[in-house]
Amino acid sequence: MMDLQQQNISDNNFESCIKCTICTVYCPVTAVNPDYPGPKQAGPDGERYRLKRPYFYDEALKYCLNCKRCEVACPNNVKIGDIIQSARIKYAKGRPSLRDSMLADTDAMGTMATTMAPLVNFTLGLRPVKLIMDKVLKIDDRRTFPKYASERFETWYRRHAARQQESFGKTVSYFHGCYVNYNYPQLGKDLIKVMNALGYGVRLLDHEKCCGVAKIANRCVDEATRDGEKNLKAIRKAVAAGDDVIATSSTCCFTMRDEYPHVLGLDNADVRDSIMLATRFIYDLIDSGKGKLVFRSDYRKKIAYHVPCHMEKLGWTICSTSLLRMIPGVEFINLISHCCGIAGTYGFKKEYYDYSQAIGAPLFKDILQSGCDFVACDCETCKWQIEMSTGVEVLNPISVLAEAIDVEATQRANL
Amino acid sequence: MKNTAQKEYDVIIIGGGATGAGTARDCAMRGLKTLLIERLDFTAGATGRNHGLLHSGARYAHTDPESAAECIKENIILKRIARHCVEDTGGLFVTLPEDSLDYQRAFIQDCLKAGIHADELDPGEAVRMEPAVNPDIIGAVKVPDGSIDPFRLTTANVLAARMNGADIITYHEVVGFEREGDRITGVRIRSRRTGEESSVYGRVTINAAGIWGHHVAELAGVTVNMYPAKGALLIFGHRVNNMVINRCRKPADADILVPGDTICVIGTTSTRIPFDQIDKMDVTPGEVDLLLREGIKLSPALGWTRVLRAYAGVRPLVAADNDPTGRSISRGIVCLDHAVRDGLEGFITITGGKLMTYRLMAQEATDLACRKLGVDKPCETAEVPLPGSEPDAKDEERRAHIIELSTEQKAAEGRHGSWSGKIKARDEADDALVCECEQVSVAEVNYAIEELHVHNLINLRRRTRLGMGTCQGELCACRGAGLLERHDGCPRRSLDDLASFMDERWHGMYPVCWGETLCEVQFTSWLYQGVMGLTATPEKSE
Repeated sequence: MMDLQQQNISDNNFESCIKCTICTVYCPVTAVNPDYPGPKQAGPDGERYRLKRPYFYDEALKYCLNCKRCEVACPNNVKIGDIIQSARIKYAKGRPSLRDSMLADTDAMGTMATTMAPLVNFTLGLRPVKLIMDKVLKIDDRRTFPKYASERFETWYRRHAARQQESFGKTVSYFHGCYVNYNYPQLGKDLIKVMNALGYGVRLLDHEKCCGVAKIANRCVDEATRDGEKNLKAIRKAVAAGDDVIATSSTCCFTMRDEYPHVLGLDNADVRDSIMLATRFIYDLIDSGKGKLVFRSDYRKKIAYHVPCHMEKLGWTICSTSLLRMIPGVEFINLISHCCGIAGTYGFKKEYYDYSQAIGAPLFKDILQSGCDFVACDCETCKWQIEMSTGVEVLNPISVLAEAIDVEATQRANL
Repeated sequence: MKNTAQKEYDVIIIGGGATGAGTARDCAMRGLKTLLIERLDFTAGATGRNHGLLHSGARYAHTDPESAAECIKENIILKRIARHCVEDTGGLFVTLPEDSLDYQRAFIQDCLKAGIHADELDPGEAVRMEPAVNPDIIGAVKVPDGSIDPFRLTTANVLAARMNGADIITYHEVVGFEREGDRITGVRIRSRRTGEESSVYGRVTINAAGIWGHHVAELAGVTVNMYPAKGALLIFGHRVNNMVINRCRKPADADILVPGDTICVIGTTSTRIPFDQIDKMDVTPGEVDLLLREGIKLSPALGWTRVLRAYAGVRPLVAADNDPTGRSISRGIVCLDHAVRDGLEGFITITGGKLMTYRLMAQEATDLACRKLGVDKPCETAEVPLPGSEPDAKDEERRAHIIELSTEQKAAEGRHGSWSGKIKARDEADDALVCECEQVSVAEVNYAIEELHVHNLINLRRRTRLGMGTCQGELCACRGAGLLERHDGCPRRSLDDLASFMDERWHGMYPVCWGETLCEVQFTSWLYQGVMGLTATPEKSE
C-alpha cells in the first residue's frame, strides 16, 4: 500500500517534522523572548493551522530573526526558517512601515548617503537626531549606525582597479554587496589584493543589486524578487563567461543560494553551485594545490573567530577558520557558535533592540574574556553588533589575509 | 452516584453518542428529570468514528430522497445552533474521467427536488475554488456540504443537558433492567472502574446505544435486528483541501474527502462484520490500499501527504420490521415504541439515522417519551443554540483585530466557542502548551478536567484534540498524564492511563506505518520506552 504514495517521504517538507523540538532548543529568540512561540510551533505546527485558515497566523512570528539555526539543528532537514519567513510574507497583517521599507532598501539609502557621507555620518551620530529617529521611526537610539563611505566601491573600482583585472589569466566575479559598496569599500579592496596575489583578476557583476535579504526580512518581497531576477541574470552572464561568483558576505551568499529558491521562488539551480563565499573559493584553491598563500613572518595576532548564523547554514565555517589557522603568527580562538542578535535590520528596530542585545550577551561576554586582538567574522552586521556591544574591532577573514600575506611572495608562488 | 440511585428519573437515556446526548438535552429542556448513562466515554462509538461530514444531503439525493431532505434541513439548523462545531466549507461533487456525466445530470435534478442548492460548475472553476481537486475532472457541482466536529457537538449537547438539570454518568455499563410486570422501571448498571453494580430508576428508558443497542434491547427482552457495518477511514497529517470533495457517482467506497479541523479524512469502506468485532476493530491492509487508491483519484495530493492514522467505526444498520430475513435495511431514522411493538412499557429504542440527523432523532424519541409521560412541551432544540454557539459569542475574526490572539487562543476559541472565555490562565505556566500540534494549553486542559467529564487521557483527547496532531501524543501524552495526576492524585493510575493511551495511538498508526509516520512511531517509542521506561501495558481502559 505504501507504493501508492509515490514517495516514501512527503512533498510537504513541514510534515517531515517528528516534533523532536531540537530546533526550539537552538533558537536564540526563544531563549530570551517568551512571546515567541519558537521555531517548531511557528513553523511546522503553525503551518497546519494556517493551512486550515490564514486566520490562525500568529503575529508573534515577527520575532523570528531568520538566523536559520533551527534548520541547522533539524535532524530531518525541515526548512523551518523558510516556512516561517514564507508565512510572514503571506499572512502578516499590514504593509511594511516606512521605517521597514527604508531599512530594507539598502541600495536607495546607500546611494543617497554616500553622496553626502560626511554630513550623513555626522548627523546620524548626533544625539538629537538619534532621539528623533527613535521617536518617529522607532529606530532605537542606542544603536550605532554604520558609517557611510564617501566614495562607493563600484566608483573606486572603475577608476582604479578595473583596467588591470583583465591582465590576469584567470578571473572571478565579485558580488560585493551593499556594505562593501556604501560603507566599507576597504573590504573589496582587500579582496582584490588577495585575489590578484593568487593570480586571479576580479570582475564586478553587470549592475549588481542588493541580494535582497533586508527586503525579505521586511516583507518587501516584490522588490526583493525584482532585484533577485536582475542579480541572477548578471550571475548567469558571469558564469557563462567562465567565472565563479564570490562574495565576502556570508549572508549575501546564503541569500542568493538558498533564499532565492526557497522564499522568493526564483530558480537558481543552474548557477547555485557557482555562487560561493570568497574564503571557500580560496580554501579550495589551496586545498587542491592550485593556489598558495605566503604569509609575512612578522604578523602576530590573537584572533577570535565568530561564526555568523548564515555561515553555519552554508556549512563553510571550516574554510574561513582553516585559512586563518594557516597564518603562522596567529593564535586562534574559535568562539562558541552563538547568534550575535542583530540579524541585519532586526536589531535596529526599537521593539527588538532589547531582545537583540540579550541574544548576543553570551557572545559579547566570551569575546571580552578571550583577550583577543580582534574578532574575525564573515558577516558585516555581526561586525556592527560586536563592535558596538564590546568595543572590540571585527575584521572579515579576507581583510586579515590581505594584511597577513606577503603579496610579492604570494604572487611569485602562484605564477 | 449516590444521588442518582435515590432519584426517580422521568427518563433514562442509554448511550453517550450524539443521539443519546442530543436526547438528554431535548428531554432536559422539556423539563424532564433526565439521566444519561454511557458505558465508556461520550463519542466512544460511531459518533467519534466517522467522516465528520456536515452532509448537505446531496450524497443521498439520488438513492434516498427522504434522508436527503432531512439532511439539508438539519444542515441549516446545525449551522445556526452549533456554529462552533461546524465549518461551512462548501462541498464539490466531481465527476472523474472514468465516471459518467449522465449521473451528474440526474444528480443535480435530484438535489433540486430535495431542496438542496446544487450549482453546476465549469471543471476549471472548480479547480480554482479547490486547488486540491483532481485537475482531470470532467464535471463539478457545488453543494452546501461542510464539516462538523462530532466530539464538540456531543460535548455541547451534554453541557446543555447538564445546564437544564440532567445527570450524567460515564463509564457505567448496562447489565440488566429493573421491571415491574411488563414495564421497565429502571436500569441495572455496573461501574467499569470498580465493578460495583447498582440500579437507577426511571419511568421511561431510551435505548440510544447505536450498534450496542442491539445488545441493550436483548437485555430488555426485545429484539431489534441490527447489523454492524464497518467503515474504515484514513486521516492525513494536515488539510490538503478546504472544501469537501465527493465523487459524483452512486455511493461507493472512499468517495468523500472531508477537511476536518487541522486534518483531512478520506473514507469510507463498508463491510458487514460479526458482533464480536464491534469493540475492537482493526483496519486491514486491503482497506488502507483501497482508501488510498480511490482517494488519490479525488485529490492527487493524498499521494504525497503523510497519513496520520487509520480508524474504523460501526454503522448500526437496522433491519426493517416488516422483513423477517433482515435483508431489507432501513436507512432512515428508526424510533421504536416497544409498548406498541412488543408490549413492553417504558422502553424506547432510537436508532438508524446518521450523525447529521441526531437532533431530529432526539426530537422523535423525546416526543414519544413526552407522550408516554403526559408532558406537553414543544421541542426547542432547533432554535436554542448549543453552549458555545450562543449568539452573543463575539465574532472571532473581529476580535482578532482588537487584541492579538495567539494561535493557541484562536484554536481554543475554535474548540469551545463562546465558552472559551471560561478557560482562565492563572499564571504564565497555565499559558504553556500541553499539546503543541493542536495548540492545547495547560489552562484548557484544566478547564476540560474540571468541566467536561474528563477522567483519562482519551477523554481529554476527545474534549480538546490533545494527542490528535502530527505527533500522536509523543510530546503531549506525558504532560497531559501529569496534569491529570494532579487532579486524580494517583500516580499508578496515571501511568497505566498513559500506557493505554499510547497503545491506543499506536493502534491507529500501525496500519499506515511507513515513511514519516514510521519515524514518528520509532521516536515515540524511544522516548516512552527508552527514556521514560514505560513498559506496562495494563488492561485497556476502553
